[in-house]
Amino acid sequence: MRALPFSTLLTVLTLLALPVRAELSLLNVSYDVSRELYKDINPAFVAEWQAKKREGITLNQSHGGSSKQALSVAAGLEADVVTMNQSPDIDILVERGALVAADWQRRFPHESAPYTTVSVFLVRRGNPKGLKDWSDLARPGVSVIVPNPKTSGNGRYTYLAAWGQALQKHGGNAAEARKFVAALFKNVPVLDGGGRGATTTFTQRDIGDVLVTFENEAALIADELGNAAFEVVYPPLTIEAAAPVAVVDKVVDKRGTREAATAYLNFLFSPAGQQIIARHHFRPRDPAALKQYAARFPPVRTFTVENALGGWANVQKTHFADGGIYDQIVEQR
Amino acid sequence: MSAATSSLLRKKRARDTRFESNNATREASWVKRLVLGLSLTFFAIFLLLPLIIVFTEALRQGLEAYWVAIAEPDALSAIKLTLITAAIALPLNLLFGVSAAWCIAKFEFRGKQLLTTLIDLPFSVSPVIAGLVFVLLFSTQHGWFASLLQTWNMKVIFAVPGIVLATVFVTFPFIARELIPLMQAQGKEEEEAAIVLGARGWQTFWRVTLPNIKWGLLYGVILCNARAMGEFGAVSVVSGHIRGMTNTMPLHVEILYNDYKFAAAFAVASLLALLALVTLAIKTWVEWKAEQSLDFNDMDDEQEITP
Repeated sequence: MRALPFSTLLTVLTLLALPVRAELSLLNVSYDVSRELYKDINPAFVAEWQAKKREGITLNQSHGGSSKQALSVAAGLEADVVTMNQSPDIDILVERGALVAADWQRRFPHESAPYTTVSVFLVRRGNPKGLKDWSDLARPGVSVIVPNPKTSGNGRYTYLAAWGQALQKHGGNAAEARKFVAALFKNVPVLDGGGRGATTTFTQRDIGDVLVTFENEAALIADELGNAAFEVVYPPLTIEAAAPVAVVDKVVDKRGTREAATAYLNFLFSPAGQQIIARHHFRPRDPAALKQYAARFPPVRTFTVENALGGWANVQKTHFADGGIYDQIVEQR
Repeated sequence: MSAATSSLLRKKRARDTRFESNNATREASWVKRLVLGLSLTFFAIFLLLPLIIVFTEALRQGLEAYWVAIAEPDALSAIKLTLITAAIALPLNLLFGVSAAWCIAKFEFRGKQLLTTLIDLPFSVSPVIAGLVFVLLFSTQHGWFASLLQTWNMKVIFAVPGIVLATVFVTFPFIARELIPLMQAQGKEEEEAAIVLGARGWQTFWRVTLPNIKWGLLYGVILCNARAMGEFGAVSVVSGHIRGMTNTMPLHVEILYNDYKFAAAFAVASLLALLALVTLAIKTWVEWKAEQSLDFNDMDDEQEITP
C-alpha cells in the first residue's frame, strides 16, 4: 500500500500538469483596479462573439499589481491578452522572451490604449486637512496613501504626477522636483502592492488623510462605499495615464487563439466597449461616449509621460531602475 | 475498558488534589488567579474576538447571502482546489514524513544531521521565497526546466501542480517533526525484538512501529492538513490568480475582500475558520486518545512490576 499510492499520485500530478483541451478560452491578465470593468466587458464580448461565430468562449481573469502581473506573464503565466495601465509592463514582455511583438503599440488604435484616466486625490469628508494641490501632500503631518511604484502602475503614475507637476512649477528644475517628491514620499506610511490594496488601506483600515489613485478607482470607492465618507479632489495639474493592451503573440500562436484574442481587444475600442468603459469612469477614446458621460469627466489640465517626462524608456532608466531616483528617495525616508 | 479508564482518571485526580493541598507544592492563590486571568484575557482578545468577528461579518447580510457567496462558481472552484491540494499534499507528506522520521530515529548514517536540518528548512524559509524558488525552477520562459516543460507542453507554476508543490514544500516538516522525537524516545528495542523473532522489514513496520506512532502520526497529519488548506504566501506566488482556476480558498478570500465584497469574503473565511475549529476538535480528541493509550501503557508497566 505504501508503494502504490506514490506512483498513483505521480500519475495524477502528471495528468494535472498536462493541458486540458476544452472549449475556446482566453486568459486576460490585467492590473489591479480594472476588476469591475472586465466583469462587464467580458459577458458583453462573449455575447457578441457567440452571435457572430456561433461558438462558445470563456474569459478568465487575473488581477494584481500591474508590474507583478507582467512578471508573472514573463515567467510563464499563459495570458492570451494583457491589459495593463502603463506601457513598461507590456514592453517588459517584448524584452523578456519576446512574448509580445515590438510593434504592439501600432496594432490597435490610439497607440493600443482604449481609454485613459487621471491621477486624483481621494480625501475624507469635508477635506479636513484642506488638500487641494500636490504641494499640500508634502506638508508635514499629512499622511498620504500610495501603492508601491515598484510593483504598481498606479503608484508609478502618482510618483510621476508629483514629479512632473513639480518640474513645471519650478521651470524644469530637476533638483527641486526631487526635493518635493522626497518630501511627499516621507508622508507615505505604507506602500501597498497594488492600487486596490492601497484603497482598502485608506478606506477600510482608516489609515491616511489622502489616497492618490486613478479617477476611476476614486469614483468606484464613492459608488461602493457610499458618497458620504469621501470626496474626490482634482489637483490643478495632473498626469494622464493611458491603459495599453496587447495580444501576447507567443501564447496565442501556441494556443491557436489569435483571432479571438484580437477580437476581444478590438471590442474594447468598439462603441459598445467604449460605453462600458465610460460607465466605469475610465475616460473613453470615442468622442460620442465621452460626450454622453461628460458629467463624470471634469476637464482637467494634464501632461503625459511622453510629452513632459521624455517617454517611458527614459523614465524607467532614470527613476525606476535599481538604484534610480525612486530607490534613492525611498532609502532616505 | 471504560471502567478501567475511569479508575485511572480517578487515581490521577486524587494525585492532583494531593499535590494542590500540599503547602510545599502549592502556588499562592493570587498568582494562580493572575496567570489564569492573563491567559484568558489574551485568549479572548487574540483568538476568540477575531473568530466572532469572522462569523458576524460573514452573516451580516443574512444566511441567504452567505450561501450565495459560498455557492458562487469561483468560490466552489476555490474550495475544490483547496481540497484537491490537501488531498495530494497530505499523502505525499505522510509518505515523506514517515520515511524521513524512520531513517533519522532508527538508523545511524552519514549526513543524518544534515537531513534533520533540511527537514526544518521550510519552517525557517519565508513562504514567499519558497514560492519564488518554484517560479525560478519551473517557469516555462526562464526556469531551469523551461525547455523540458515546453517540449512536453506541461504547466507547473500558475497551474494546479505548482500549487500542490508549494503546499507540499511548506507543510513538509509537520509530520516528520512530530514523529522524530516520538520515535527517538521509543528507541529501537521493540523493532529489534520483532526482527529477532523472525519478522520481516514490512511486518516490523506494520505490526510494531506504526501502532506505536499512530497517535503522533495522526496529530502531525492534522497539523499538516490545517496548514495545507490555509497556506497563503507560497501559493500566492505560484498561483497566477486566475479566477475560478488557480485560486485556493485563502487567495479567494483576499480577492473578494479587494472586490469590496466583504460579506462574501468573510463567508469563505468563515469556512476556513470552521475547518480550523473542526481540526482543533479532532486534535483535542487525538491528544486525549494518545494520553489514554499512554496511561494504559503505564498501567501495564505497573502490573508487570507489582507481582
